[in-house]
Amino acid sequence: MSDAIRFLLGDRERVLRDVPPTLTVLEYLRRHERRTGTKEGCAEGDCGACTVVLQEPDGQGGLRRRAVNSCIQFVAVLDGRQLLTVEDLKAADGTLHPVQQAIVDRHGSQCGFCTPGFVMQLYSGWLGQDYSERPEVKNWIAGNLCRCTGYGPIIDAGLAALDAERPGTAETTALAERLEALGHGEMLHLAHDGPHGRQEWFAPRSVDELAAIYLAHPDAVLVAGATDVGLWVTKQHRHLATLIDVTRIPELAALRDTGNELAIGAGVTHSAAMEALSALHPDLGKLLTRFAAVQIRNAGTVGGNIANGSPIGDLPPALIALDARLQLRKGREQREIALENFFVAYGNQDRAPGEFVESVTVPKLRPNTRFACYKLSKRFDSDISAVMAAFSVTVEAGRIASARLAFGGMAATPKRAKAAETALMGSAFGLEAFEAAAVALAEDFQPLTDMRASAQYRLLAAQNLLRRFALENAPAGRPVATRVLEIAHG
Amino acid sequence: MDETVIQDRGISATFSRVPHSEPPHDGAIKGGVARSVKHDSAPRHVAGEAIYTDDIPELPGTLHLHLAMSAHAHAAILSMDLDAVRQAAGVVRVLTLDDIPGKNDYSPFFGDDPIFPEGLVQYVGQCLFAVAAESREAAFQAALLAKIEYAPLPAVLTVDEALAADLDLLPRHEMRLGDAAAAIDAAPHRLANTLHMGGQDHFYLEGQIAYAIPGEGDDMFVYSSTQHPSEVQHNVAKALGIADHSVTVEVRRMGGGFGGKESQPALMANVAALAARLTGRPAKLRLDRDDDMVMTGKRHDFRIDYAVGFDGDGRILGAEFDQAARCGYSADLSGGITDRAMFHADNAYDLQAARVTSRRMKTHTVSNTAFRGFGGPQGLLATERMMDEIAFGLGLDPFDVRRANYYPAEGGKVTPYHMEVTDSVILEMMDELAESSDYRARRRAIRAFNATSPILKKGIGVTPLKFGISFTTTHLNQAGALVHVYKDGSVHLNHGGTEMGQGLFIKVAQVVAEEFQIDLDRVKITATTTAKVPNTSATAASSGTDLNGMAAKNAAGAIKQRLIAFAAAKYSVPEEQVVFLPNRVRVGNEEIAFPDLVQEAYLNQVSLSAAGFYATPGIHYDRETASGRPFFYFAYGAAISEVVIDTLTGENRLVRADILHDVGRSLNPAIDLGQIEGGFIQGLGWLTTEELWWDKSGRLRTHAPSTYKIPTANDRPDDLRIELWDKGYNKVDSIYRSKAVGEPPLMLAISAFSALTDAVAAAGGYRVFPHLDAPATPERILMAVEDVKTRVRALES
Repeated sequence: MSDAIRFLLGDRERVLRDVPPTLTVLEYLRRHERRTGTKEGCAEGDCGACTVVLQEPDGQGGLRRRAVNSCIQFVAVLDGRQLLTVEDLKAADGTLHPVQQAIVDRHGSQCGFCTPGFVMQLYSGWLGQDYSERPEVKNWIAGNLCRCTGYGPIIDAGLAALDAERPGTAETTALAERLEALGHGEMLHLAHDGPHGRQEWFAPRSVDELAAIYLAHPDAVLVAGATDVGLWVTKQHRHLATLIDVTRIPELAALRDTGNELAIGAGVTHSAAMEALSALHPDLGKLLTRFAAVQIRNAGTVGGNIANGSPIGDLPPALIALDARLQLRKGREQREIALENFFVAYGNQDRAPGEFVESVTVPKLRPNTRFACYKLSKRFDSDISAVMAAFSVTVEAGRIASARLAFGGMAATPKRAKAAETALMGSAFGLEAFEAAAVALAEDFQPLTDMRASAQYRLLAAQNLLRRFALENAPAGRPVATRVLEIAHG
Repeated sequence: MDETVIQDRGISATFSRVPHSEPPHDGAIKGGVARSVKHDSAPRHVAGEAIYTDDIPELPGTLHLHLAMSAHAHAAILSMDLDAVRQAAGVVRVLTLDDIPGKNDYSPFFGDDPIFPEGLVQYVGQCLFAVAAESREAAFQAALLAKIEYAPLPAVLTVDEALAADLDLLPRHEMRLGDAAAAIDAAPHRLANTLHMGGQDHFYLEGQIAYAIPGEGDDMFVYSSTQHPSEVQHNVAKALGIADHSVTVEVRRMGGGFGGKESQPALMANVAALAARLTGRPAKLRLDRDDDMVMTGKRHDFRIDYAVGFDGDGRILGAEFDQAARCGYSADLSGGITDRAMFHADNAYDLQAARVTSRRMKTHTVSNTAFRGFGGPQGLLATERMMDEIAFGLGLDPFDVRRANYYPAEGGKVTPYHMEVTDSVILEMMDELAESSDYRARRRAIRAFNATSPILKKGIGVTPLKFGISFTTTHLNQAGALVHVYKDGSVHLNHGGTEMGQGLFIKVAQVVAEEFQIDLDRVKITATTTAKVPNTSATAASSGTDLNGMAAKNAAGAIKQRLIAFAAAKYSVPEEQVVFLPNRVRVGNEEIAFPDLVQEAYLNQVSLSAAGFYATPGIHYDRETASGRPFFYFAYGAAISEVVIDTLTGENRLVRADILHDVGRSLNPAIDLGQIEGGFIQGLGWLTTEELWWDKSGRLRTHAPSTYKIPTANDRPDDLRIELWDKGYNKVDSIYRSKAVGEPPLMLAISAFSALTDAVAAAGGYRVFPHLDAPATPERILMAVEDVKTRVRALES
């Protein structure tokens, strides 16, 4: 076991012992290191002003990198990695990095407070060649809010910097080796006595280790991307006594394609899952690009999105419509349940103390199954759904043979619309059948009114999404345009 | 790359063309006026080296403050038991009403914003007491231990509730031009309607913050993220019961302001200074984002009822506007804001006869405050809706109906407050924009598209803009500057304006460089401080450059005049033969490098420091008669926007916008374009995705970026075409004939709201005019579509 966080801050090695495990990377940078270039805009991962870049060896002599929101990442995430902040980008002679220079040249900063976050977000994309076209740049920075510029100059800067020369292989290999040497391969165990009591952090390295520790500490909080737990600390100011980091476990980060099914480890990030889910259906890829922002998708996990049991998580309705199954583990015992049965009630899931989600298995779509998922929110990007809907309807011999209509934001849990499904069964696929389903949907849900939408809107829009599905999958006739994004972007 | 050319913003179809920006001829100074000079802080912004208040190294012993907030919208406080708070770990001092040595008030004028409540709370989030502790976390945790007993009172939360309860906060005001009622009655066509529009949170990326450092005796130094250092200074002195001269307030830059740091920072500064005074230790108060959004004021939401009479061409014969604003619990700046809403009820139109009334409603919600446009956008929005409705009723193109009503270029027509409009260029600008944007053909194409698209509908909207420039409180139109020339010829520039990202500092520096004819890098931009320039007005009302640029020009001019007099005497030439050339001065037939002349002047005991002052001439407004000339001049703009909506969900997208804006002769085209694009997108947010939502108990539930949605990069249309109007020229003697640009472009986004309304109308086959309030969220759009369809069905049956 290791009792210290070892990492590179820029090119300097750092060893942290006896720090509060829930100290955020942002607080660490600003207060401990006095690196004040990284800014706090919201302390909840929604504005991007605190964006930093983490790099780690990819095991093949190269580097994996990701931009994250330092405001909700805990310092333990740094273990074995390199942390790059806006202060690291200038060359030794003071020359600005091409991304920085492009922003200056294009008048891309006004008040400048969001700028370090944009610089780091664009830098990570430049380094990883994650974007090359204008729409890609826009998606890439959609988690960085700027209130001054209107974004045009920043988007242009991102594109302008693309051609600048990137670090060579030798440089990358040397850094990867340095980070490999830093890594210890052991379980990290931190303990810290603070004003509110003792805090412990475990970062097991295998599922067996995790299972044993969680069984021993069933009250512990499991932390993956900290995109939720981070806010318990920064916004709710909760004292978390024991935390178990599940992101250092290779088995949990694995994606397996078995031919008919896709098995997604609970620790697979949304970014890592995107390609495989897009391959299941393009709508899943589109959903994921509207799922928070790059920085959050780089940290948040598929397992976390399910296990936290939120009624407004975006993946559960989609996965329920696909008839996904959940693999759970407690100690040495494993069991499997249908995902839809996991969500018992608000704040209550079918998960025993000490039990955790190991993976989710998603059956692939059959050729005669029509699928779509739709997310409705006030803003297209980085917003929480008012209504999330996913439909999977199978047609046999011209009649609807099975229907799975799953919704988020309509009830206290992600839930199937059983009355609407029943209304569809046996009908010919078409607007008429879905009109009947829309009527029946009113029996399925009595949604709430809140700041995201009124009950009236939620129900009407959900009904209309059934109509949209029917129109989009109309068996014959002219295709009807139904999605503004597709029109808007030509 | 040539600094005078804005790079092609135009990967894809976007482009901006920059007029007035000839390349510098050989030997010209670097960075004079009319050049697209980069923001002075840009290299520091991108490197994380620009210092904001929270980045200033903390002194040893610095305390951190947390403000406890009211849980009730309206309640008597029966008791506050803070013993446990005082005894909590890390707590150094708890601050309450009894600790304030001076006046318990942080209001700008009216004395109605208590720092700590005197037995009554009037909004959820009102500051109750403050905790000073060794860390922010300790202060926060301690505040949770307070035991507060409330006796809840009935709360009035919305404009409509306040109107029903007749709860006016400030006296009503009315403007009259002719007999509007009679004109409407006699008109061949009439209509009347109501529009509700929401407020807006500033969402400056840097939250409110103050850092107070106690000095000897009464002295107090405060770093404050504020647009109004003088007011913070005065407020701190007032609360501490000391003279203004004992308080120094400094701000180098803000991470955004937008009006939200005009009156609001006084609370943070007062509490920090109070803690510093009581403990003798430096004290910092930085609001968490959620607390900031709950505690501080926002743009006023309005209800505006209008009635209008017009002829068959859409020519307005008379119009009436009854404006009602939600001011919140206290006056703050609401008087000026609601006045400005009235001043903009005419927008660019000669209404011929008009009556504009304004009610300033009290509610038990946060006290609403300045926000870019200062009421103007709200006044304009209702008028633009009215223009669309007139056009719809007559079956005319909304562009043509507007065109029939513009103030004429030749003058002779007066506003509802009896000011003659002598600089109207709107007709020419709108015609140019219609041409360059291919408006007519696109409008036809949209109609054709809608005829064949059952679910998605497109819309197009046009907005002309006329915006009055000057503080409408006349005496605020003054500014000061301080310029030093050092022996090496380098220049120190200071003025009362503050930098919040808008590029004020660089523009004023360009003015000083131009005046002395020295390279811009010889002019040092320095932090705004009350110790150098006193009694300043807020950097607000788009006036920063107009006022401070002139004051700095006057200061530099005074030194220049001394140098001229000195050189003329020394070299025995007439003063006309002392000419400032780039980085040198020609005296008679000789040329002397600028630093050499300065050095000589110093050796000859010439003062090389000057204060400059400027007051806008010739403006006045008489409240009694509701008439005068409150504005020095008007800024104009033109916008055309195209949108698409989904009639099943209300989802929508702005797909293209064309903007032509009048900045007079631009001081810095790049900075001006940045203001236009940023203002437009901010206005788009106000009218579409940014929704403030209070629950029934008066709690704001959209108090963080997770729930309050400002535009992202994806909300900016790829096809955004912004141009500065190349004929722009200020008819009045403004700084280098430029025009203010801070606020006006925000209102150009009304074109998108008009376009959304047009798209909703399409959902009913253009049979009925939509009821669409702002912000046009997907929900409001869908409900408006449903309403339109219902009314069409009723017509058909």
